[in-house]
Amino acid sequence: MDLGVKPMSYTSSNVSLKSGDGVSDMFPAGLRVLVVDDDPTCLRILEKMLKNCLYEVTTCNRAELALKFLRDNRNGYDVVISDVHMPDMDGFKLLEHIGLEMDLPVIMMSADDSKSVVMKGVTHGACDYLIKPVRMEALKNIWQHVVRKKKYEFKDKDYEQSGSVDELDRQQKPNNNEDLDYSSSANEGNWKNSKRRKEEEDEGDERDDSSTLKKPRVVWSVELHQQFVTAVNHLGIDKAVPKKILELMNVPGLTRENVASHLQKYRLYLRRLSGVQHQNGLTNSFMGPSDMPFGQMSSLNGVDFQALAASGQLPPQSLATIQAAALGRGPTKSSIPLPLVDQRNIFSFENPKARFVESQSQSQTQQHIKQVNLLHGIPTNMDSKQLASLHQSAQSFNNMNMHNHVMQMSGQGQGQPQSRSQILNEINVSDLPSSSSSSVISQPVLSQANIPTSFLGRNGIIASLPQPSTVVDFSSQTTDFAGSNNNINNNNNNNNSFSSKGSGEFVPSYDVFNDLYQNNRPQDWRVQNVQGGLDVSPSVLVQQRFTTSNQKSVGQNRGLSVINNNINKTAYSEIGQQINSSLSDNQLRIKAERLPDMGFQNGIFPHEQHFGQEDLMSAFLKQQQEGVGSVENEFGFDGYHLDNLPV
Amino acid sequence: MQRQLATMKQSLFDQGYLDEQFVQLEELQDEVNPNFVEEVVTLYYRDSVRLVQNLEQALEKNPLDFSKLDSYMHQFKGSSSSIGAKKVKIECTQFREYCRTGNGEGCKRTFQQLKKEYATLKKKLEVYFQFARQVGPVEKARRPK
Repeated sequence: MDLGVKPMSYTSSNVSLKSGDGVSDMFPAGLRVLVVDDDPTCLRILEKMLKNCLYEVTTCNRAELALKFLRDNRNGYDVVISDVHMPDMDGFKLLEHIGLEMDLPVIMMSADDSKSVVMKGVTHGACDYLIKPVRMEALKNIWQHVVRKKKYEFKDKDYEQSGSVDELDRQQKPNNNEDLDYSSSANEGNWKNSKRRKEEEDEGDERDDSSTLKKPRVVWSVELHQQFVTAVNHLGIDKAVPKKILELMNVPGLTRENVASHLQKYRLYLRRLSGVQHQNGLTNSFMGPSDMPFGQMSSLNGVDFQALAASGQLPPQSLATIQAAALGRGPTKSSIPLPLVDQRNIFSFENPKARFVESQSQSQTQQHIKQVNLLHGIPTNMDSKQLASLHQSAQSFNNMNMHNHVMQMSGQGQGQPQSRSQILNEINVSDLPSSSSSSVISQPVLSQANIPTSFLGRNGIIASLPQPSTVVDFSSQTTDFAGSNNNINNNNNNNNSFSSKGSGEFVPSYDVFNDLYQNNRPQDWRVQNVQGGLDVSPSVLVQQRFTTSNQKSVGQNRGLSVINNNINKTAYSEIGQQINSSLSDNQLRIKAERLPDMGFQNGIFPHEQHFGQEDLMSAFLKQQQEGVGSVENEFGFDGYHLDNLPV
Repeated sequence: MQRQLATMKQSLFDQGYLDEQFVQLEELQDEVNPNFVEEVVTLYYRDSVRLVQNLEQALEKNPLDFSKLDSYMHQFKGSSSSIGAKKVKIECTQFREYCRTGNGEGCKRTFQQLKKEYATLKKKLEVYFQFARQVGPVEKARRPK
């Protein structure tokens, strides 16, 4: 890595600035690492290796203890290394907790090198995955993750500080390289950011302090994201600058830098979407935004939209949308604008999907789901009207779907064609008693939608470009978008669910991980939606794999909102790093939209806001286990199996 | 003496008892922790006792719970691989493969083999460390205890 810049800055000064930014001038020496592993042999070895790297090491053999350390010393650690298989808590769950609460880079470790587990790490937001036995060389470079994360934090700060300069840069290169290159156009693909960071650090301690402090992160709830997307669309993706977006959004408390970083991620997402679309064969059906006749639906794999439409549950428009999405996907690559659209579509989509799932047998191929997902993920050109209609129909569907989804979702696991939304719904719903689900429906619409979104996000990605890595990044993004989606939906008055939810914390379609997590994340969605606030706790969850039951997520959403911010940040950084495919973007989008439709569980249990994170996590984990198979196999098609969508 | 030690070590590698990971451990050894490798290996043998016990108990059950067996073995494998116990690791992999296919007999057979390798390595390493302590940082040769 071209991290030469950073160390240089450190070596120049004599004082080691450990406490604040956690990075001393002898960086990476002094890096504060927390190692968690139940195997004492490995723990001892790691400790020694890390000490030999001149890191400051803290070891513990239990995840609970690790969390305690982290909570007691909020700024006391720079990076966490954790084993995957631990007796008291699953490593991924710990990963989620950390991401949510502390937003530290987490490196997973295991003797298991199977793709599925590694993928899981990615989707859960791990910065890296080491295969045991761990070698010294692997540990030597872990500081890069700390730098990377901080870099993104700085970026935000940069924006704030650089002001017009940034904007100007952005304007000039709206869709610049994949790297998060907000800070300066000059910094293309290398460590300019670190330079900037250095400058910032030099400029003032306060800067460092504030940057190193966990700035309160903006939780990009679905609503917020929707607003964001609306603003961007209004301005035109190429002309959208944070300042103007901020003005259009008119959200109190939102800073230009928040918008700037979000925009960056969004752009990456879009890029990914366009890249992914080509790749995903499955998606072919979804992408057509226009009203595609049902006949076209046939192209959709297994997506029996027509059937759904026929059943009356899925309004023709929504079906059309779906078809369009599906179709669009196949033949064309989703363009960047799609993500925007998708978000809306997703919501509407979700509903139909939910329906489909219901009507369809569970044996539907995953493709169905995928297709559905595609719709979500892929920014279809569905116009808001369609969305609105879809959404409305979706809402009704959600109610119905919720139940169905729940069931289907549970069945899903891997090969179930059930659309993700369904899965999500199911997952969400499953947690909720059926009765509640109905009540929730109005609310959960979001949640459900959220879930699907996540799935979509993932699926979308998978569809277009099954890339696990993207998932990781996107998951975080999804969260963001989810929020925005909600906003959009609300704005359009299409998504009743959304508005009701308010929280709309859908995981933004970026949530590539969402797909992966779909199985696991039903809860995330839930959480997000219910909260109604901008807090995108769900998003956080999404990223984190909200496995906990939706109900829990609701409660968590509240708390998660803060976390979400953090997570989102993380996610974004990850996204920036890993933007692999636009597909993931699509997926994220879808998810975001889906969630609203899906009506997160949160929505379902509006009153039950006290979902413990634990629950979410566990639920999520469970989900994951179920869906892991599907998720992992098909990046794009996880969860969203619109198997029930007969063409 | 040093040469003897080196030869001893080399033969362990040549015979496949140890792998590259052991070298990594040795590289971690320094003046501050002159007996690091021995320390880690001791830790391993101590901790893995319970894993072996778990496996034995699980293998006596009827019917066999393969996923549990696999899980135990996964832990054991991780541990063994971190000290570079090559032959042991190979048996672990074989065991897990049998778990995957649900071959109970295969598991049991492999487990016996594994225990043998595990014990053999332990003895060899004990000798090696004893020797190393004599040769090691302390220049003077000490009488073996």
